[in-house]
Amino acid sequence: MSRVFVPRDAFALALGADAVAAALARAGFAVVRTGSRGMAWLEPMIEAETPSGRIAYGPVRAGDVAGLIAAGLATGGTHPLRLGRAEEIPFLAAQTRFTFARCGVVDPASLDDYRAHGGLRGLARALEIGPVATIAEVTTSGLRGRGGAGFPTGIKWKTVADAAGDRKYIVANADEGDSGTFADRMLMEGDPFALIEGMAIAAVAVGASKGYVYTRSEYPHAIAAFARALAAARAGGLLGADMLGSGIGFDIEQRVGAGAYICGEETSLLDSLEGKRGQVRAKPPLPAIKGLFGRPTVVNNVISLASVPFILAEGARAYHDVGFGRSRGTMPIQLAGNIRHGGLFEAGFGLTLGEIVHDIGGGTASGRKVRAVQVGGPLGAYFPEALFDTPFDYEAFAAKDGLIGHGGVVVFDDTVDMARQARFAMEFCAAESCGKCTPCRIGSVRGMEVMEQILAGRDVDANLQLIRDLCETMKFGSLCALGGFIPYPVLSALTHFPEDFRRPALAAE
Amino acid sequence: MEPAAPWSPERAASIISAHVGEEGALLPILHALQEAFGHIPRAAVPLVAEALNLTRAEVHGVVSFYHEFRATPPGRHVLRLCRAEACQAMGAEAVHDAVHRRLGVGWHETTADGAVTVEPVFCLGLCAVAPSGMLDGAPLGRLDAAGLAATLDLAR
Ligand SMILES: Cc1cc2nc3c(=O)[nH]c(=O)nc-3n(C[C@H](O)[C@H](O)[C@H](O)COP(=O)(O)O)c2cc1C
Ligand code: SF4
Ligand code: FES
Repeated sequence: MSRVFVPRDAFALALGADAVAAALARAGFAVVRTGSRGMAWLEPMIEAETPSGRIAYGPVRAGDVAGLIAAGLATGGTHPLRLGRAEEIPFLAAQTRFTFARCGVVDPASLDDYRAHGGLRGLARALEIGPVATIAEVTTSGLRGRGGAGFPTGIKWKTVADAAGDRKYIVANADEGDSGTFADRMLMEGDPFALIEGMAIAAVAVGASKGYVYTRSEYPHAIAAFARALAAARAGGLLGADMLGSGIGFDIEQRVGAGAYICGEETSLLDSLEGKRGQVRAKPPLPAIKGLFGRPTVVNNVISLASVPFILAEGARAYHDVGFGRSRGTMPIQLAGNIRHGGLFEAGFGLTLGEIVHDIGGGTASGRKVRAVQVGGPLGAYFPEALFDTPFDYEAFAAKDGLIGHGGVVVFDDTVDMARQARFAMEFCAAESCGKCTPCRIGSVRGMEVMEQILAGRDVDANLQLIRDLCETMKFGSLCALGGFIPYPVLSALTHFPEDFRRPALAAE
Repeated sequence: MEPAAPWSPERAASIISAHVGEEGALLPILHALQEAFGHIPRAAVPLVAEALNLTRAEVHGVVSFYHEFRATPPGRHVLRLCRAEACQAMGAEAVHDAVHRRLGVGWHETTADGAVTVEPVFCLGLCAVAPSGMLDGAPLGRLDAAGLAATLDLAR
């Protein structure tokens, strides 16, 4: 019976992959459900296992299946949807896939498949070299947190390792609330054992006995895929009282969020895990010293943790050799919004924004001119084409009053109204504020009102001054980056697209 | 979608006791209650408070903090539509307006026949197949008004 790989990633499901899988199964194929290779515009992209390797076809609808079979799908036959070997598709061939090497390739529910594709070598090495050398390896790799702040992961781990505590925790932040991002989701759906292995390595390094993964409730498929992997990891002895026969006990539990963006902020996340309202805690103390239930806790983004198995298996050098400036290794860039070739592109830091949007992303999906690109989620700045020479790097984006955050790149064409985008930023902040500090809680509501005045063309000069002052107050008077960074999208829209704010007064005054 | 069960103090008590020994048990309990009853019934709050040694106000404070927990039962189907930036860039707003007009409901409202509740969401991680949504947990990509209308007609 011929095997065919059909993604069960949410992108593919959203475009009908289940019906494709069912049609193939009815026709007698052995269907293996995988994650996604990350080329969203080709989903559902299926791969047939043929004597000359895995041959991809896409985008495939259920109605195409009969024709594909008639064209000789099982042997890689010619068909208008035939894409050839997936690795040779230019979008994939141009990537440096360290963290996502297995995503879309393996069966995400099979620990054996994970092992067969190089999994668990990193953990084996960590167990062999011990905690001190493991932390040194992560530090040397230059890995910085992929959740947004870019803090060096090795230094965080060392702080937790050195902190005294009767128990320590590893917490994976899978709250991924930023618009334009889906790397955590894709990894958990496509290669969940990489996250488990990364957490296990972290546990060995800092001496933690328990891990939590906090997954947002908007990701039911990631939750299910990760739960399947957890069960397989326990059955296979990777988790439990005696991890891979090392004598070390470590287990992981998955917890589900409840639709609050602020719970992605690490201290709010910890409060939520403790069963409280997800309100931001003042720092210090750092979670590394007093985190979950007052114990030393590593809080890392999913991608930070999932990058670690490669670093341990291949060595810190191999990771560090790729990158740009102080941004070492690879970043899964997520191409989203109005873009022709949307999806996940893992590459070393340093590509320019223009290369990302035009050369890799192929420009807009609408075929119209690109006008603005929001990088780094809802707290990220809007960049005009004039800044497209900015390299994808933490420092370079900060120098242009922007941030790369979790790597989301959202493209807008020339129909976008930037004053409305500025208004939305304030609305988002008002809706998601945890309520702890006044500049964020009240300022965002006020900001929305002021933007509405501007949109209506009332007292534009005075209101523009007001919005600038409000942004200053929020920047410097907010406890966390929700209130503190929401001025980025607002002010960047105003700075780079001032013409959208100069509106004629509405007739119905 | 699984129809929600009618309120039952016994069922609620058994859900609560299944989680009560866990660290930070409140959110898992609330999720399990909502899964069973479709919302967090008012009558459940004192039961949860007692089991976890919290005040009712504390439990209520948590329930009301999180957007996901509902105080009232939803319709037979829940349609979640993404309002965030990547979906905006692909014309989500026009699709949302069309849905609201067709169903005669706004955000957080349920159609008069109890068939569909429409809820906003900020990002479903489907930002490269925008505009996106989710119908009873099944992801929907590249939404347009006509396609969504057909999907809804099928579901009803
Ligand atoms: C408002 C806000 C939302 C955040 N959301 C997330 C998130 O969804 N995922 C994430 O990993 N980090 C998020 N962060 C960053 C976390 O606070 C924290 O820095 C991160 O989880 C640390 O992991 P890392 O060092 O591996 O990046 C958010 C921060 C803020 C201020
Ligand atoms: S800035 Fe906003 S979200 Fe952050 S702590 Fe203050 S009120 Fe909460
Ligand atoms: S912005 Fe709509 S799915 Fe992410």
